[in-house]
Amino acid sequence: RVLELTGCAASMVASSRSYADFTPEATFDIKKVDLHRLEEGPPLTATLTREEGLKYYRTMQTIRRMELKADQLYKQKIIRGFCHLYDGQEACAVGIEGGITLSDHLITAYRAHGYTLTRGGTVREIMAELTGRRGGIAKGKGGSMHMYTKNFYGGNGIVGAQVPLGAGVALACKYLGNDQLCVSLYGDGAANQGQIFETYNMSSLWKLPIIFICENNQYGMGTSVERSSASTEYYKRGDYIPGLRVDGMDVLCVREATKFAADHCRSGKGPILMELQTYRYHGHSMSDPGVSYRTREEIQEVRSKSDPISMLKDRMLSNNMASIEELKEIDIAVRKEIEDAAQFATTDPEPPLDDLCSHIFANDQPFEVRAATPWTKLTSTS
Amino acid sequence: MASLGCFLRSGKNAVSVVLRREFSKTPPAAVQVNVRDALNQAMDEELERDERVFLLGEEVAQYDGAYKVSRGLWKKYGDKRIIDTPITEMGFAGIAVGAAFAGLRPICEFMTWNFSMQAIDQVINSAAKTYYMSAGAQPVPIVFRGPNGSSAGVAAQHSQCFAAWYGHCPGLKVVSPWNSEDARGLLKAAIRDDNPVVFLENELMYGVPFDLSEDVMQKDFVIPIGKAKVERRGTHITLVSHSRCVGFCLDAASVLAKEGVECEVVNLRTIRPLDVDTIEASVMKTGHLVTVEGGWPQYGVGAEICARVMEGPAFNYLDAPAVRVTGVDIPMPYAKILEDHSVPQIKDIIFSVKKVLNM
Repeated sequence: RVLELTGCAASMVASSRSYADFTPEATFDIKKVDLHRLEEGPPLTATLTREEGLKYYRTMQTIRRMELKADQLYKQKIIRGFCHLYDGQEACAVGIEGGITLSDHLITAYRAHGYTLTRGGTVREIMAELTGRRGGIAKGKGGSMHMYTKNFYGGNGIVGAQVPLGAGVALACKYLGNDQLCVSLYGDGAANQGQIFETYNMSSLWKLPIIFICENNQYGMGTSVERSSASTEYYKRGDYIPGLRVDGMDVLCVREATKFAADHCRSGKGPILMELQTYRYHGHSMSDPGVSYRTREEIQEVRSKSDPISMLKDRMLSNNMASIEELKEIDIAVRKEIEDAAQFATTDPEPPLDDLCSHIFANDQPFEVRAATPWTKLTSTS
Repeated sequence: MASLGCFLRSGKNAVSVVLRREFSKTPPAAVQVNVRDALNQAMDEELERDERVFLLGEEVAQYDGAYKVSRGLWKKYGDKRIIDTPITEMGFAGIAVGAAFAGLRPICEFMTWNFSMQAIDQVINSAAKTYYMSAGAQPVPIVFRGPNGSSAGVAAQHSQCFAAWYGHCPGLKVVSPWNSEDARGLLKAAIRDDNPVVFLENELMYGVPFDLSEDVMQKDFVIPIGKAKVERRGTHITLVSHSRCVGFCLDAASVLAKEGVECEVVNLRTIRPLDVDTIEASVMKTGHLVTVEGGWPQYGVGAEICARVMEGPAFNYLDAPAVRVTGVDIPMPYAKILEDHSVPQIKDIIFSVKKVLNM
């Protein structure tokens, strides 16, 4: 009998075939990485264990289905405001996490649901944040772009601002001498921001343990990279900072590059920059159908030839690392997890009105907050 | 009511709020400290007290500070804790906020608050709002400090007062010290506060000495953020001010006292949260209000004070409309004669008091 799974992304699947039937680990050729100011890059092969493969598969599938469910809920007007979906880019979030640990730090921009998950958030609390309920990861106070977990600093709405913030986190790592590093992500649109160049400068001067990662999904909102950037070689834009250009659709490529980058940082060499070439299936946000500035054919082509989940699935099946049934069970389990989360997210109550003025200041006495009229008395608590 | 000499403004009746003892006759031994040194000592003591505190900004280390406020700190604490930055405000303010996210307690200096406009997104969107957006998961214990407002001969781009801009934003605490006791107590309080504090200094006050009592010189002397101080008691009219203008108010009060007008001078000390209770209590006593600030009038600190007084119980005690004395509503000119006429002068305060009192 096949057992059904519940629980977190790292679970293993039991199946009617014994483990001895499957290949416990296999080595794959991965695409060569383009190098900037580096003599050597990450290895040209990656070894994947069955356990890792199932974990990456499940996590990517969870992100995929979570984002698609968010799409659905948005169209039903249960999610409102901003909603920037990550489907297509799953290999980036999952691969990066595979190359660092949860005691390392990470910060990204607004396309952040996938990272909130890989950094320890649950689908339940992510979805409930999108629907603005009290069970949300930020208690409904933040919304799509402002989700936080331990060592994950959001979710940031202002394009580019997260990059110096990430360098500040890296400075703290160095200051405290804890051998941790900070991964600081930004998109191809943000890559032209002045503050990012200011951050390249200071990070290099002070040899901060920071991995800059440009998720190049070819479009900054509706502007293609050719129309926004005089140089589209984002991995070289750090100039004096060594850079790597990596296939962001291959979770193993991303993982190996991240491991390489993390080693570089932890050995005290200072910052390093990775460009992940990736693609988003959805438009920029839910208000963008995503086809006025690119063709449906292009989207279809990426889906059929480069889908990160399919790529991993094919690798595992063709190397006998898992069975089709096993992966289907994972799919079913993920679907259930998403459904349960959506159920919670749509039924959990909204935050109490008392929360209106809470969390303005940390560790402070309660104080009066000016309401819409002078006669209403509101109090803020920490 | 004894009028206070220029020198001893903070010494005689000032009592540190932390200690509940009352001074009756002779104050404890006073030492003379100028505002610059008060800030320097406060930072030194807080750097020593808590390893997580560090200072970054342009010229704060090897130059000893553009205005010498951080003199000697780099020599004492070294590169790790006193960090010279390149001229990249947006970048280093963001780095400072990120360091605060990760558990350090940065003091981020802007050489003047005019340059904070380059970094204002980090102050507001990354620092001020994060604790709220994260529903309390991510506090931001950071101090942004630097000289604010007009100086002497530095012209329009270097003379703006930012009290109103930052005072507008929830999630920030905004303080504006006047004298050395304010500078010392408020900076210590700001550094110990777990929230983003905008600390507005004044360049022209840096060199001004004040007597500080033994109590004020204690290592744990802090002034609570959000409490104004009545610097001079009076019965006829309330003058509310912050920063350098507090001194002008006291000077105006001395002159007016000779004509029998007793002004009550309130030193705001904190712009946000505004101590409305102290203002209202004073206005309810005197029935008349003049606010005095260096910044521009439109949507300014004085405008907020007047609005609050209108909306609260003190309105019924006003015998005349409340009035604001402000900087002139122009970019700051360079020529001395023009500059002198761009800022509130003592005669403007006296004139306004007399108008409000219908003298």
